[in-house]
Amino acid sequence: MLKNVLNFFLIIAFSFASPITAKGTIAPDSKTENKKTNIKEYILHHLKDSHDFNLLSYTNESGKKTYVGFPLPVILWDNGLKIFSSSKLDHGKAIASVENNYYRLYHDKIYKTDVEGTIEYDKENHPTNLSPLDLSITKGVASILFTSIIMFFLFKSLADSYKKNNLIANGMGRFFEPIVLYVRDEIAIPNIGKKYYKKYMSYLLTLFFFIWFLNILGLTPLGINVTGNIAVTFCLALITFIITNITAKKTYWKHIFWMPGVPLPMKIALAPIELLGVIIKPFALMIRLYANISAGHIVLMSLISLIFIFRNWIGSSLSFILAFSISIIEILVAVLQAYIFTVLSALYFGFAVEEHEHE
Amino acid sequence: MDKLINEFSFGLFFWQLLIFIGLVFLLKKFAWKPILDSVNERENSIKEALYSADKARQEMEALNEDNKKIIMEARAERESLIKDAKITGSKIVEDAKNEAKVVAEKLISQAQESINSEKKAAIEDLKAQVADVSIKIAEKILRSELKHNDKQSELIDDLIKDSKL
Repeated sequence: MLKNVLNFFLIIAFSFASPITAKGTIAPDSKTENKKTNIKEYILHHLKDSHDFNLLSYTNESGKKTYVGFPLPVILWDNGLKIFSSSKLDHGKAIASVENNYYRLYHDKIYKTDVEGTIEYDKENHPTNLSPLDLSITKGVASILFTSIIMFFLFKSLADSYKKNNLIANGMGRFFEPIVLYVRDEIAIPNIGKKYYKKYMSYLLTLFFFIWFLNILGLTPLGINVTGNIAVTFCLALITFIITNITAKKTYWKHIFWMPGVPLPMKIALAPIELLGVIIKPFALMIRLYANISAGHIVLMSLISLIFIFRNWIGSSLSFILAFSISIIEILVAVLQAYIFTVLSALYFGFAVEEHEHE
Repeated sequence: MDKLINEFSFGLFFWQLLIFIGLVFLLKKFAWKPILDSVNERENSIKEALYSADKARQEMEALNEDNKKIIMEARAERESLIKDAKITGSKIVEDAKNEAKVVAEKLISQAQESINSEKKAAIEDLKAQVADVSIKIAEKILRSELKHNDKQSELIDDLIKDSKL
């Protein structure tokens, strides 16, 4: 029903859109085509990490692109530590020279170049220049740091408020305390069990709030995309993987390599499958979070971009309504993905420490 | 997959790992442990408070029951006391009456006895006095009668006459 209504509106919007753009512009096709590729590049660029903290960019009257934001430190390991401000790279337009080494930003990646900043390409149009080990404080790292500091002070103040206020939380803690308890009572205890849940609590709580806060931060107009970055989700999944295997009990490994209670050929057949499962589980965690958040960002940005493609009242306002609704859904997705990641991590920990009483 | 590996930024991974692990340990020390401990403590105290409240309620009920019992007992005792008192009272009155009767009877009998003895004594006394007086009178008469010798002889004669042998 809702879908039909939406389709109806879309058809109306498009039918209005085409004649107006056709009349109004000289070369409509090439221009909108150009705009579409621009938007696509812009979205893809946004999904990636960046060496600057850009808030917005515009092209001024003289046709020069101006960026508003602030630079971040670039840290490179190239026969020694090289630290300089990302303003030196000037969004790929300048060549940064540090101690007779020259670096240039090309497609969000730093390459070592000569004085002129030439970049050589191979047959597939990939740069062949050396790329130094890049440990820069990028936009993503800055956001992670920011979130971590916020989290630290937020939960420290909650912890302190208990001491001051006779075991009753006050202020912001009133909002977060039930969530902490929810993680404990609904995520940790049912999945891991009362006996072992305590040692995983710190990780699960940090994980939940970390993902949630970063997801929410990604929905702000700051244009941050941390949890939609594969390196971040890989890191989180890796920690879950390592904790699972380190804390695993004997029965867990027994169930993987020598499944009890099944015939011998099945035992042999199950071992590689189970072993694969050990890796697939965290891998799925990694991909799920990455894909959900990336997809959310792409959809949201596409819908916002539609406003500039339609350029008429009906289509643009419709895009606005859609973008607005998707934003609200994304707020839900933000907490949902944090919840799923935490629940599944807890579930894997539960598998690892499970005690089989039937044997 | 190729795109994912291409997009993988080691720097971001490195910092994420470092910051996240640091965050877990910092939060564990400064936030999660105190928070969970406080919450646990609070939950325990609530549990205890509820338990003791329940206990107090039960005690109150028991106390109420006791009170009722005591009141009932007291009432019963009072009634029995009143009953006893009534019985004792009436008995005392009865006894007093009986005693009084006995005493009165005794007194009456004593009084009668003393009256009787007094009467006897009085009669005796009177008799003695009467005899005394009669003797005195007789003496006087005799004296006056026997002043004259002839009269004396006459009397002797009379007497001798009276006493005929």
